[in-house]
Amino acid sequence: MHGNWRWPASLPCRTVATVPPSIITARDLRKQFGDFVAVDGIDFEVEPGESFGFLGPNGAGKTSTMRMVGCVSPITSGQLRIFDLDAASDGAAIRARMGVVPQADQLDAELTVVENLVIYGRYFDIPRAECRRRAAELLEFVQLTERADERVDPLSGGMKRRLTIARSLMSEPDLLLLDEPTTGLDPQARHILWDRLYRLKQRGVTLVLTTHYMDEAEQLCDRLVVMDQGCIVAEGSPRGLIDQYATREVLELRFVTGDVGDHDAAPAVDIAGIGDRSETLPDRTLIYAHDGEAALAEVHRRGLDPVGSLVRRSSLEDVFLRLTGRTLVD
Amino acid sequence: MSTPTTLRVWESQAMVYRKIWRSHLLLAFGQPLLYLLAMGLGVGALIDDNTASVESLGGISYFEFLAPALLATTAMISAGQASLWEVLDGFLWSNRYRAMAATPLSPTQIATGLGLWHATRTAIGVTGVAVALALFADTRTWGVVAAVPVAVLCGLAFALPLSAWSATRYGGTSFPAIIRFGLLPMFLLGGAFFPIDQLPDWLEPVAQVTPLWHAIELCRGLVIESVDPGNVGVHLGVIAAYVLAGWLACRVTFTRRLMP
Repeated sequence: MHGNWRWPASLPCRTVATVPPSIITARDLRKQFGDFVAVDGIDFEVEPGESFGFLGPNGAGKTSTMRMVGCVSPITSGQLRIFDLDAASDGAAIRARMGVVPQADQLDAELTVVENLVIYGRYFDIPRAECRRRAAELLEFVQLTERADERVDPLSGGMKRRLTIARSLMSEPDLLLLDEPTTGLDPQARHILWDRLYRLKQRGVTLVLTTHYMDEAEQLCDRLVVMDQGCIVAEGSPRGLIDQYATREVLELRFVTGDVGDHDAAPAVDIAGIGDRSETLPDRTLIYAHDGEAALAEVHRRGLDPVGSLVRRSSLEDVFLRLTGRTLVD
Repeated sequence: MSTPTTLRVWESQAMVYRKIWRSHLLLAFGQPLLYLLAMGLGVGALIDDNTASVESLGGISYFEFLAPALLATTAMISAGQASLWEVLDGFLWSNRYRAMAATPLSPTQIATGLGLWHATRTAIGVTGVAVALALFADTRTWGVVAAVPVAVLCGLAFALPLSAWSATRYGGTSFPAIIRFGLLPMFLLGGAFFPIDQLPDWLEPVAQVTPLWHAIELCRGLVIESVDPGNVGVHLGVIAAYVLAGWLACRVTFTRRLMP
């Protein structure tokens, strides 16, 4: 693609640039499939070296947004610039500088681990010998060196994800897109993956990821936007969002279901006034309070007898519930 | 100096093929050889005794009639196999084409590279048939060499339209029907085993619009060295029309699938 690459027209005028341009700038970005609006006019910016997240439930428009940013889905309207290039006209040049970790692994089962990396590097026209050098280095990084010459098939889900991440790094990208990087992995595999991503971030790679896991967003993101039904409903740092939309602690109460009439309504009356506010979910009641233990003591003092109680720090899950009235993973 | 994008796609396909080349080549070489022995020599012995039959074959032996056609039929079958489940796999299971689309490669470049690969794969298979033909004195002519590229073009005339179709699919349910009601009847009735003027009158024009019949006629003419120069252009033109239409269709369906 080097042949098609050209300098962005605006570049010569930037000799007096004062602010480094954002890596991604989206203005009123929309994506529509027929009558269905997947992304409904969103604005966001991602700065170099930042770790930026799209958080939201399935169907919120995260993946559609990521596919537009990945230049594999034309935008319906609005403006999208990546590396100060236009996503609509410079897709190939943008993709050349970007690594993509898709939601579903796209590995060639017939090929070995190292062959999967080499072949991917060739798509970027990296010379074969250089592909092999980078592959060896990246397998070291994702701790798969000893599996290099094995077929991909028997690898565990976590290993395949790590291999997919290694593959996305073959082109030494400035920007890495990760679509639900740890969905379907067990807790240990997730922690290994988070650790590798954190190291990438420390090396200065800009990370953009989608997730519907709150803990993942809290672990990985400097800044995130919460998406719901194609729109951005909140933006900020994980901590900032929690401070803004939740209390310091949450008291979770479980009552015996179905004993006296409508169990959803029953405790809501009795707990009125405890904490800042409460949410009643089908399986539990959440009380948002600065001091969870004090709230629990008050619950007991009122003679309520939940079968289970838990005091925890509030999380982005609570932020999402507050913003949309729904839990994140249904 | 950068590698052309189509070659990068081609490399990827070749790397996967390296794992399965033995079975592909064995099938491409062994299956026509069986037909040559069973039909060409076995059935041929019965046919060649009958003067009326030899006349309807245009004065050549049944072996000489059948053998060159196998270059074209093998190209069709081999290309058909590589264009159904294997192409769907790239969109659905291995997601090879999706992975490519996330790199600087565009859907059109991916489709074109795949076409180049289809041509290579068919050429390998057809060369296997050519070697089988060269084992027999009756078909050991330089015309066999000239017939190989014709058969490759015939392969593309099937591979590209079928790849375009596979790129629109979300499962392989239509594929057995394509083989049973499309490729197999063409193989049996398309002029390989008997001249198409033996077909019912309504079916003969159908056979004449298939790329397979044109490829068979041309391969046969080249191998037995009695090609009618006036028809070469028509035969090549029809086959090339399918190739071009298939490539244009691939561009559309690959782009729709990979860049929704």
